[in-house]
Amino acid sequence: MIGSIAALGAGLAAIGAGIGIGNIGGSAMEGIARQPEAAGKIQTAMLIAAALVEAVALFAVVVSFLGLK
Amino acid sequence: MIKRPFFITKSYWFALVLAFLSILSAGSAYCQTNSGVKETSLKELKEFNTTDLVMDHILNHYSWHLWGNTYVYLPVILISKKGIDVFSSERIETGEHIYQGHYTYSLINDKIVALNDHGKPEATLTKKIWNFSITKNVASLLFSVFLLFVILIPVGISSTKRLNKTPKGMQSVLEPFVVFIRDEVAIPNMGQNATRFLPFLLTIFFFVWINNLLGLVPFFPGGANLSGNISFTLALATITLILTLFNAKKPYWKHIFLPEVPVLMYVIMVPVELIGIITKPIALTIRLFANITAGHVLILSLISLIFIFKNAWLATASIPFTLFISLIELLVGLIQAFIFTALAALYIGMAVNEHVEH
Repeated sequence: MIGSIAALGAGLAAIGAGIGIGNIGGSAMEGIARQPEAAGKIQTAMLIAAALVEAVALFAVVVSFLGLK
Repeated sequence: MIKRPFFITKSYWFALVLAFLSILSAGSAYCQTNSGVKETSLKELKEFNTTDLVMDHILNHYSWHLWGNTYVYLPVILISKKGIDVFSSERIETGEHIYQGHYTYSLINDKIVALNDHGKPEATLTKKIWNFSITKNVASLLFSVFLLFVILIPVGISSTKRLNKTPKGMQSVLEPFVVFIRDEVAIPNMGQNATRFLPFLLTIFFFVWINNLLGLVPFFPGGANLSGNISFTLALATITLILTLFNAKKPYWKHIFLPEVPVLMYVIMVPVELIGIITKPIALTIRLFANITAGHVLILSLISLIFIFKNAWLATASIPFTLFISLIELLVGLIQAFIFTALAALYIGMAVNEHVEH
């Protein structure tokens, strides 16, 4: 039972990561569509923001790993 | 020809690397036991357990598993007040699993413990032993350092000789990354202080990146999950924290202890700012550790699907998907190295920058 709750927690974290990074990607694409010359800078900023959001989701994964033991 | 000191010539560094490698291999060879006792070559066939396989690949071990039943038994180095014990991990991983040195050592749950006279592990004795073993992760670290020396130092030396010419060879591969870190990461965040901290940032970037890449290589000498080890990332984050605190100027401390808010808010702001000093390195630690470990777990789980379903035809679906995920993990390795560097530059930059008028 504990194992499945840990899996549930990790799954919810995946939802969070998906929504967050999806938003970031969408805004980045909109920005690039408006101004294609700035594509490089927007891409860099998108990667940074995506990594930060992913870190938060991975905190949840780490906690579910801890809950597994 | 300008006379250059010997210590930056190519021949010096190659001689150094050769000496380092010979000492390392001689040391490991010395520690190999040459007793004739061999384990039976047929291991008991166990039911396939995904969790065990994945954990086995993520955690650290005292020996390096090559293939089948072949291991590289790395030296175990234990230091206590009674003296130093150096022996091959073959003594404690196979056979009797006990080594009699200054204390009686045994391997229980992948940890070295000291046994008391009755043969039971005793915590008070174990506390006195400092474990400086060359484990799989340490060996991988030494190897990645060696790779960095071999790749970066000749490039550094030859680039000083080609100052006004187009770059050639390895320099043309690495120069875009170095210039990117200098122009997009260091200078925007640190301004005038960029040259002071650029060696640190570049070291962090290339070190984390090469360890991420080596972790994805499935065979020796890659495949050790070093950047997914929380001690490794914690050490790097601690170094960043120490650099931030010891180089911080007055505006930085002023923002933490005397922020420009109404005095009654100090009760909330000062503790939050103090906790903020600690949480930033912790976030750096967990971000790198979790990203890399999650990537390894994902790749291993996808391959394990073949064995869970006990169906060889599943491989036609599993292997291409695993390949795709591995390519993403290559990208993630680069991105995480870049993020670590960028955030380290940001934190150090916030500490060393002169006060900006709001």
